[in-house]
Amino acid sequence: MADVKMIATRESYGNALKELAADGADKLVVLDADLSAATKTGIFKKAYPERHINCGIAEANMMCVAAGLSTMGLVPFASSFAMFAAGRAFEQVRNTIGYPHLNVKIGATHAGISVGEDGASHQCCEDFALMRAIPGMVVICPADDVEARQAVKAAYHYNGPVYLRFGRLAVPVFHDESYKFEIGKGEVIREGNDVTIIANGLLVNEAIEAGKALEAKGIGAEIINIATIKPLDEELIIASAKKTGKVITVEEHSVIGGLGEAVCSCLSENCPTPVKRIGVYDEFGHSGPALDLLKQFGLSAENIERVATEFVK
Amino acid sequence: MNNETKKMLSVYATKIRMGIIESTHGAKAGHPGGSLSSADLFAYLYFNEMRVDPKNPKAEDRDRFVLSKGHCAPGLYSALALKGYFPVEDLPTLRHIDSYLQGHPNMNTVPGIDMSTGSLGQGISAAVGMAKGAKYLGKDINVYSLLGDGEIEEGQVWEAMMFAAQYELDNLCVFIDSNGLQIDGACEEVMSAEPIDEKLRAFGFEVMTINGNNFDELEKAFEAFHNTKGKPFGCIMKTVKGKGVSYMENAVDWHGKAPNDEEFEIAMAELRAKLAELEEA
Repeated sequence: MADVKMIATRESYGNALKELAADGADKLVVLDADLSAATKTGIFKKAYPERHINCGIAEANMMCVAAGLSTMGLVPFASSFAMFAAGRAFEQVRNTIGYPHLNVKIGATHAGISVGEDGASHQCCEDFALMRAIPGMVVICPADDVEARQAVKAAYHYNGPVYLRFGRLAVPVFHDESYKFEIGKGEVIREGNDVTIIANGLLVNEAIEAGKALEAKGIGAEIINIATIKPLDEELIIASAKKTGKVITVEEHSVIGGLGEAVCSCLSENCPTPVKRIGVYDEFGHSGPALDLLKQFGLSAENIERVATEFVK
Repeated sequence: MNNETKKMLSVYATKIRMGIIESTHGAKAGHPGGSLSSADLFAYLYFNEMRVDPKNPKAEDRDRFVLSKGHCAPGLYSALALKGYFPVEDLPTLRHIDSYLQGHPNMNTVPGIDMSTGSLGQGISAAVGMAKGAKYLGKDINVYSLLGDGEIEEGQVWEAMMFAAQYELDNLCVFIDSNGLQIDGACEEVMSAEPIDEKLRAFGFEVMTINGNNFDELEKAFEAFHNTKGKPFGCIMKTVKGKGVSYMENAVDWHGKAPNDEEFEIAMAELRAKLAELEEA
């Protein structure tokens, strides 16, 4: 494992913004709310200071400023922690970005409990639920650096509101550079016939690790990465569920309103299939090292393996 | 201001007020009070100030207007219709299930609307974003926004004001319709934001207080805005809520209530008389 690159997707966000500008994205402007060192938009700011707009600690205003900028033909990326981007500014995103369907991108970092030591006040496990509920909002949660950088670029070129979720924790880079991310398309990472494991974000890598362990036990797990939680790649999910007959969803989010429920809705209407959801069960997080928290909340390869083994018995 | 211009604006303001009464009567709902208090500003903006073309409502270099107090859509719709963005005859379809004239401004259905608004406090932030965008792009575009004196109780308004001053947005002109009334009663009793002028000044604005139902004073405010450099401009317009319809003036009940058939006839008769008087003069 020593040669595996570890990069936080927030870092990918900052780098991708800079790459976009270098590649001639002349409509790109980046907004932040006094967190540019943490959200990594500071990387962009250093290269393009005149295109970085600090809005101060005022996320509600920032979202609507982004809306105003977009009506002038610019493509703003409004950046903050997921808690404040999706949480505090929910109604601004809903009414002034979502309702007029403006071309604003929301870069939300520090999502989920892997924020770690800051504790529950900053551990947003509700953003999928909030953002999915807004009509016309695209919701993306990339799994690693390669996918995150491509998702940022795809969002820039897509016309309409996009919510992008990034993490604070450095995570393994498992995609190679030939990988092609497409909004709304899932990715089958490995095929299997016994159980489907659908994950996104940093838990895709955990699902891959679980898949390997399951294979050693003779259980064939189909691992699917659903980076775009909305619009959902229903075709892919239905096809896999029909094949394996058992589905496990894994997300660093509440089991209420997130990937698990999106998959359940899709399957119950199209091909009723037993589903087990791995996620945060209606509770707040707390302070602690990120990796320890993920283990404690069952967001780990070991727990995915345990649930899958039990499920296929 | 010469008499001809003043007469022209007075005629438009009266016609805007007639449109407000016709649309809210047609909707059997809506907000006549604050629409009427702002009618003179709408007339001035669209017939004496803004560089806009109803034949090309999305022209890139046009001036922008954001009605942050979105519930006063009847006043803005009425001005836009008179300007030629859409037929005046459509005004009574306001809020109907098959109408493009949504209860609050919708930039995607109503020609001439620059920003969808309705949730108080958000429009001003969008206006600030537009002004910043114009500066960023190096374009000579002015952005106007109108807020209610109740609306400024929203904390986000002051986030927007800080942003406007920080980025020296001298292409931004903010009007506050100070009619003194909000839904639950007098602003002073519900939640006073006074002194508004001192607050705006403290937030980095050039500030002027005028009678917002007087065209000479509105003209002075626009002149002051154009002469202000390096900071945003704020204008507190002292107005009469319900202005122009006798029984609606200064009556809090008329914040968000439509006139019934009888009230409609009385209001229209008063406004028609005003129009006749103006046209004879």
